[in-house]
Order: sequence, then C-alpha cells, then structure tokens
Amino acid sequence: MERIFEQMPIVISSLNVGFIQTLKLFFVTLIGAFPLGLLIAFGSMSRFRPLSYFAKFLVWIIRGTPLMIQLLIIYYFPGLVLHNPVWGGGETGRFLAASVSFILNYACYFSEIYRGGIQGVPIGQEEAGLVLGMTKSQIFFKVTLLQMIKRIVPPMSNEIITLVKDTSLARIIALQEIIWAGQAFMKGSHGISGAIWPLFFTAVYYLIFNGILTMLLGHLERKLNYFR
Amino acid sequence: MSILEVEHISKSFNKTEALKDISFSLERGQVLSIIGSSGSGKTTLLRCLNFLETPDRGIIRVNGETLFDADNPAAKLESVIRKKRLHFGLVFQSFNLFPQYTALQNVMLAKELLAREQPDYKTRKKEIYEEIRSLSESLLSQMGLEKRKENYPHQLSGGQCQRVAIARALALNPDILCFDEPTSALDPELTGEVLCVIKELADNNTTMVIVTHEMAFAKDVADHVIFMDEGSIIEQGKPAQVFGNPSEERTRQFLGT
Repeated sequence: MERIFEQMPIVISSLNVGFIQTLKLFFVTLIGAFPLGLLIAFGSMSRFRPLSYFAKFLVWIIRGTPLMIQLLIIYYFPGLVLHNPVWGGGETGRFLAASVSFILNYACYFSEIYRGGIQGVPIGQEEAGLVLGMTKSQIFFKVTLLQMIKRIVPPMSNEIITLVKDTSLARIIALQEIIWAGQAFMKGSHGISGAIWPLFFTAVYYLIFNGILTMLLGHLERKLNYFR
Repeated sequence: MSILEVEHISKSFNKTEALKDISFSLERGQVLSIIGSSGSGKTTLLRCLNFLETPDRGIIRVNGETLFDADNPAAKLESVIRKKRLHFGLVFQSFNLFPQYTALQNVMLAKELLAREQPDYKTRKKEIYEEIRSLSESLLSQMGLEKRKENYPHQLSGGQCQRVAIARALALNPDILCFDEPTSALDPELTGEVLCVIKELADNNTTMVIVTHEMAFAKDVADHVIFMDEGSIIEQGKPAQVFGNPSEERTRQFLGT
C-alpha cells in the first residue's frame, strides 16, 4: 500500500498523458462522425438507388464487424499488403489510422440514429412548411432540425458514452492512450515495473469523464424539454 | 370571373384512382363545402389544390392565371410550385403546428422567412419584423387567443391549436383558405369554438374550401356544396338543394334521408 502512495504521482502524470490522447481521439471522432453520419443518413434515405444501396452496404459492413478488426485492417492493410504505408510511422501515424477507423465506425452508428430522428418527425411538419411557402432547406433548418435533435439526444448520449470507452480499443494498434499508459507499468515504465494497479486505476478516469458527460447530456436533454 | 377553376383533375396512386375527372369553380368570397364518406377523395383533392400531390391530368386556375397544367412539365418544378402554393392556405386535420415555437412564432415564421426575399429587407429589417408581429398578434386576437400567444402548442387545447393554425394560414393572406376536416381531431366541445371562428371568416367573405363531416355546419356556412364518392363528384349545388332535395340516390344514402 505504501508503495502505491510512492508510485502515485509518477503514475498519475503518465496516465494523464495517456488520457490526453484518449480525449483527442474522442473529440476528433465526434467532430468527424457527426457530419459524416448525417451524410450517410441522407445517402441511405436517398431516392437515388445506387447511393442508398451503397450507404446501406457500408453501414452493414461497419456495424457487422468488430471495431477492433476495422482498426487492425485500416492501420496495417495499406502498409503490409499494399506496400504503401499511407499512415506514416510513429504515434502520429497510429493516431491518424485510429481517427479514420473511429470516425467511419461511429458515423455509421450515428447515421442510423439520425435516420430514426429524421423519419420520426411527422410528415405533417414538412407539409405544413410547404403549404406556408417555405423552401425545403428552410423547412429542414427552421422546422425539422430541432425536433430531430430532441429525438436523437437520448440515443446519441448512449453512443457518445460508449465511444469514451471504445477509444481503449486503439490500444490494439499501440496508440498511446490511457490503457497503453497504464499497462506500461507492468512491463516497466518510469522506473516502476510489475505494477498492475495503474491499469486498474485507469477505470477512474473513464468513470469521472463519463460522469461529466452524463451530466452535460442530461442538461441538454432538459433544455429541449420546453416543447414536445 | 371565378377565383378558382378546377378542370378535369385526375389522380391515381399506383393503380387506385383517387380522383376521377373533377371539375368545379368557386366565386370570390364564397364558401365551398366538400362532403362525402372517408376515402372518397376529398382530402386528395385539397392536397392537389395545395400542390402536396401532383394531379396526373387537369388544370387549376386562380384569378384566371393557370397555376397548374398537367400537360406542362415546367409547372411541376418545386421552385415554380412554391410561390403558387401561396395562393392557397391549408388548415390540417391534425393542426401540424411547429412544437418548438410559441403560438405567435408559429404565426410569424413563414411570413418572416418570406420577407427575407424582399429587396428592401436588409434596410427595413426591424420595421418589417414589427409589422409582421403586430399583424400576427391581431390575427391571434381575432381567433380569441391574445392571452395564449406566448404558449407552446403542447400547452394549448386542440381547439386552441386549430385556431392558431388558422391564424398561421391567414397570416400569408391566401386567396383561398382550405380546411381538411378541421374538427375531426377535436371533441364536440372544442369543435364548436373552431366552427365559430370559421363561420366568422365566412361572414367576412373569406373564400374557403372546407372538407368536413359536420353536415349541419356545411349546410349553414356553405354557398356551394360538392358531394364526392369514390373519387368522383356525384352531385353539386346550393346547400338547400344538395341537403334538402338531393337528386342522386347515392347522396340520399350518404345523408340518410
């Protein structure tokens, strides 16, 4: 126990560095997947058949296979099979590959949430806009969008919280996120070796961050409660 | 000259003929009631007038201007249709108010968006907003809702919602105001207040097309009645004639006389 107190400052500072990388992957994924998901959602609802088939096929592939496999394929396939290492070496390359994998994966999940949100807004809302002489884009931005956001906040919150934990999968391509940083103390890092508690301790980071997110998302949900 | 002329409108959904060769006309300031059983094509006809459905054949004219001609493909472009829609207002059975806006905002929204297309919008922004606001407030007062203007739709009764919807349609000052079973989603108590408002509009010579199941109301308020069955007009004429002395067997069956 005393050992742990001695090791604590070193471990914390190392885990903090790892957690920064976790947070970076988390936010980059959100920033990329929010708009890409909307594009895929519009694609799968398109009346242009080839586009909607393509979007649905993509969603099927991405949702039908483990994110871990997607990470491995996206990171290793270009270099090892095509002999064209597009990602470059080192941590930057790993982060780039992880970002692409996560954005693609989460965009597909988001697209289904968006689709549910858009299709959940009654058709009468659009028709009311049309007979009032609004353009399609005015109807989307002024009428449908907020109702759709209200509908998607709860399922989206769920995905966002899952994403926080899913970032740990990037460990499989040795991205130096918090799990990687915690695990390093088993083999030896910063003069500490054979310690498994730092790995267990990473859970506290996830727990606190998810606690904050849950509060923020709950606040957003209540903000939108002024209408039904 | 008639304000509205509908000639030979037909519309099919897949293989079902919803409207078969519908023709009628309406004079300015008059009220037309369309009656008939569910599925007789009344609502489809209203939706065609408001360009929510595109007729397969036929012509629609307002004030002598051809708004729609099935033989002219250019007439089906969304951008062309949008302005033409403004000749008509439509009040829905299920209100379709925008839930995230207050009663007042519901009435103002479309007119505000339309005002942005005026050339002097940028310089007169504030003035235009105030104009629209006071117009909308007076419309809500006319509907007896001056105390409800800051309420959201979910805080209003069905009858109040429908009256907001009527004010919203009136705000754009349509040539012809259409009602699609405006009281079918309301209980009898609330039906009365909505019918009252429509009656007032009729007394003020608002040109209206009303699809309704309220026979007594249709008889009272209409200048002209159309009875539809299976997508066709079976009989039309003055209310006294259609209700009092129908010439068609099918009309008598429907009215139970």
